[in-house]
Amino acid sequence: MNRAALMALVSHWRRRPLQLLTLVLGLATATALWSGVQAINAEARDSYDAAAQTVAGAGAARLVARGGQGITREDFAVLRRAGWPVTPVIEGRIDTPAGPMRVTGIDPFTLGPGMLGGAESSEATEIAYDPAFLTPPGLILAAPETARALEGGTGEGTASSDATPDKVLREAEGPERAELPPVRAVAGLAPGTLVVDLSVAARLLGNAAPTALILTGPVPDLEDHADDDRGAIGGPIGGRNGEPVGGPGGDTLADLAPGLRLQTPQGNADISRLTDSFHLNLTAFGLLAFAVGLFIVRGAVGLAFEQRRGVFRTLRALGLPLRRLLVLLLAELLILAVFAGLLGVALGWLLASALLPDVAATLRGLYGAEVAGTLTLSPAWWLSGLGVAVAGTLLAAGASLWQVARLPVLAPAQPRAWAMAGVRGAWLQAAGALALLVLALGLGLWGRGLVAGFAMLGALMLGAALCLPLILRGALRLGARGARGPVAQWFWADTGQQVPGLSLALMALLLALAANIGVGTMVASFRLTFTGWLDQRLAAELYVSSTDPAEAGAMRDWLAPRTRAILPIVSTGVTLGGRPGELYGVADDATYRDNWPILTGLSDLWDQVAAGQGVVINEQLSRAQELAPGDTLPVAGEDWQVAGVYSDYGNPLPQVLMGMDAFATRYPDITPARFGLRLPPGDAPALADALRDRYGSGVEIVDQRALKAESLRIFERTFTVTGALNVLTLSVAGFAILTSLLTLAGMRLPQLAPVWALGLTRRRLAMLELGRAVMLAALTALAALPLGLALAYVLLAVINVEAFGWRLPMHLFPLDWLRLFALACLAGAVASLWPARRIATLPPGELLKVFASER
Amino acid sequence: MLVVDDIRKSFPGAEAPVDVLRGVSLRLDRGETLALVGESGSGKSTLLHLVAGLDRVDAGRIAIDGADLAQMGDAGRARLRRSAVGLVFQQFNLIPSLKVADNIAFQARLAGRHDTAWTAELTERLGLTAHTAKYPEELSGGQQQRVAIGRTLAARPALVLADEPTGNLDSDTGARVLALMLDLVAETEAGLLMVTHSERVASAMGRRVTLEAGQAI
Repeated sequence: MNRAALMALVSHWRRRPLQLLTLVLGLATATALWSGVQAINAEARDSYDAAAQTVAGAGAARLVARGGQGITREDFAVLRRAGWPVTPVIEGRIDTPAGPMRVTGIDPFTLGPGMLGGAESSEATEIAYDPAFLTPPGLILAAPETARALEGGTGEGTASSDATPDKVLREAEGPERAELPPVRAVAGLAPGTLVVDLSVAARLLGNAAPTALILTGPVPDLEDHADDDRGAIGGPIGGRNGEPVGGPGGDTLADLAPGLRLQTPQGNADISRLTDSFHLNLTAFGLLAFAVGLFIVRGAVGLAFEQRRGVFRTLRALGLPLRRLLVLLLAELLILAVFAGLLGVALGWLLASALLPDVAATLRGLYGAEVAGTLTLSPAWWLSGLGVAVAGTLLAAGASLWQVARLPVLAPAQPRAWAMAGVRGAWLQAAGALALLVLALGLGLWGRGLVAGFAMLGALMLGAALCLPLILRGALRLGARGARGPVAQWFWADTGQQVPGLSLALMALLLALAANIGVGTMVASFRLTFTGWLDQRLAAELYVSSTDPAEAGAMRDWLAPRTRAILPIVSTGVTLGGRPGELYGVADDATYRDNWPILTGLSDLWDQVAAGQGVVINEQLSRAQELAPGDTLPVAGEDWQVAGVYSDYGNPLPQVLMGMDAFATRYPDITPARFGLRLPPGDAPALADALRDRYGSGVEIVDQRALKAESLRIFERTFTVTGALNVLTLSVAGFAILTSLLTLAGMRLPQLAPVWALGLTRRRLAMLELGRAVMLAALTALAALPLGLALAYVLLAVINVEAFGWRLPMHLFPLDWLRLFALACLAGAVASLWPARRIATLPPGELLKVFASER
Repeated sequence: MLVVDDIRKSFPGAEAPVDVLRGVSLRLDRGETLALVGESGSGKSTLLHLVAGLDRVDAGRIAIDGADLAQMGDAGRARLRRSAVGLVFQQFNLIPSLKVADNIAFQARLAGRHDTAWTAELTERLGLTAHTAKYPEELSGGQQQRVAIGRTLAARPALVLADEPTGNLDSDTGARVLALMLDLVAETEAGLLMVTHSERVASAMGRRVTLEAGQAI
């Protein structure tokens, strides 16, 4: 019985290969977009985990120098003699022929066995004791994919900046070139990280001083007192009640190395939060694309079930029990889901492989997070992709299965053209749409957090999609009122009849278009704002820093007569609102007054800052602590008036600007070694050359234009992924319309034959078919515009604020809308070309059959 | 074999329930043919659906080979249709995605008693041998109805229920299909209950029961 019944059910697909193709491709595409995004996310997370464990594991605390200078050999020696389990590292980045890489210089002897790399790479520490690692030219240990990337590319490396937009002001390493040692692959190391001996790192990075001392063992009480404010202002690092933080010998850090402060792994929490937000955004986009794909699956499954209503009735009349019928239909769907899911996961892998390099560049550029540029596959990922395909199929087919379960065996066998066509269905749909829109409004008004933001987006999009058929029916009714002549009347009435059959495809198009408008508006607004912000933040023509702090004063004196203004850049780490943050000292200069991107502030904010009576804070801090100009903020143990708030895109940390005099008074040990130089732009290259001639490797120079270009390049790559997903989603929606039209074309003969018999030529009917598709696509595009703008608003005003802590102004781009409108009409026309051609070339005999079977 | 005893059936109406069957009784033995005649709305098709177990009676009893349909659940009635009953519809109700050969063999396969030789013989006697590789839509109405008859008889049911099987055919084709059907039913010794409002068809049957306003007269 099962075999015969299953054969009858499955034979439907054999007779309708296009429908089967639609279902499989729809599901495969949805799965591909979803699992592709998940593959990218999983790869990135693996890379973060590996990176966190490069030296001494993810939980290791580190000692860093106050004011950003290097750590001296004396500090290290004193701490080791006092029994502190510290090991020096030199960290930095170099440009290699295989792209920018992070360099970590280690001392294997103080690091100890088993402390390098993750659990898989115990061999890494053993290799580090190899004489080849310790003696010139040294040895690079790298993850296998990184080692492969470097193969054949050994040669010169160039030290470079992280190029994080917020870091461009303070980091500018010179283009020093050095020979790369041979590379050896070691499993378990972080991708994009080159582990070398300290001496090799010093040579590659042009920096002999360790950048940090990593604690390889426990030091009592340290975790309780990390990043203590009192430490930050130069006083002794103290415990909660003022008692000093002690090491194994009873000496405090302040006693042993007063120039160092403790940094706990929690300091990385913000980077993690930002990368999490980035991945959440990707996931949301993947989910949206998946939803669009599911609309196609829903359409294909719904149509297949509708077309087989007669068969279901016959099967039941011939003795197939209802439960058996449902089980067989479920089995049929699961078989299709597994097949399409496998195809989708494979496509997802290809998609992820294609997009991962851009994502890796984005994460590296924006957040300094290293992600492997190549994909590794895990069985869990395959299984989860298949699981999503199966779950999506069941979700999309649930309503159809429910209808079959409730189908009376004596119901009319004729297809009733989709349940939605019924008045009851329309009312249910309207009620569902209203409920979802009310939910979106409620979440918008009272929801908090990123999840609530995305839930609001989901409710808004789905609610609007469910409204679409109602909107289209209303528009068509308006059109019918203005119809003159019988053909026009028939056209409007017939179009109204087609809406239920096309509604799922049109909903998919609506979502795709709205996503395009929404994400496009966000990206374009971001680009416009970011470009302006860069101009404001990077006002100085040159940024220079002395690699030898002792010479910085002399350099400043030398620069003074050659520039319009010298803007010292000094900073220190402080705790702001309970989180690690940054405090900068700024000079009283027109550069800041004229250019700094102030969002809101007191009228005399720069006077207050210069006089040491107020500070300006970044937007992230303002939003996190709900601070506005005039409020008070504790900074380094004192209360300061907030004089203004400035935009600070891309910075994960809270930040405060204080007047230079006030900063110098509180941090006398921190002397500026970096400067922004104001001078006529045309003079900048000559001055840069003169600086290099005079100071050689003792100075690092970054040109403002190069910085801007690099920052914009990173920015553009950031949105390559969203752009690609946008295009894919739109293509999927176009495909949905094509398949729906093709399927409908086969069912439309009974509607077209009488009109043909009454005198309309097949060519005219085909033209009307084309016009109908274009009109429906145009109406959908019009409906997508407000939805897309609402989406953009939510992304900019809710999601970004929740995810990143800053809000972007929304700009409108009507020309982009026009372009998209034209694209939607074109998609409708292209999708209807084939079905229209079929009508135009339909043999009259086929049309006559309609009348023949009416006997 | 078939016992219909004082059955009643009503359907919800706009104002009050409509009594479609009001105490109908009849019997049918193996090898017997019975025409159920009456005007439109007299309850012929409803009675046929009730006998087939496609719907439930409000009152009364229907038994096939002693099995009371009222005592059976959906699965039990489905099993009965599969094993003991064959249905021939006015609209043919073939499975459009299966070829003629598969359609003919379908119910026998469903019932688990597919007899290849018998199916082949049926196909030949129904004049469908040349069409076995075709899909139903490629056949004429008469040919499609012959496929439907073949599907029913291939399973050798004890009871054949036919609802206006020639109603969609022209008179010549209808006559040929009817003759063939009666021959084959007689050969398989099945009982045949046929709903018709054609006097010509009714006269070809062994007995007739006329329904009028929901009652047998």
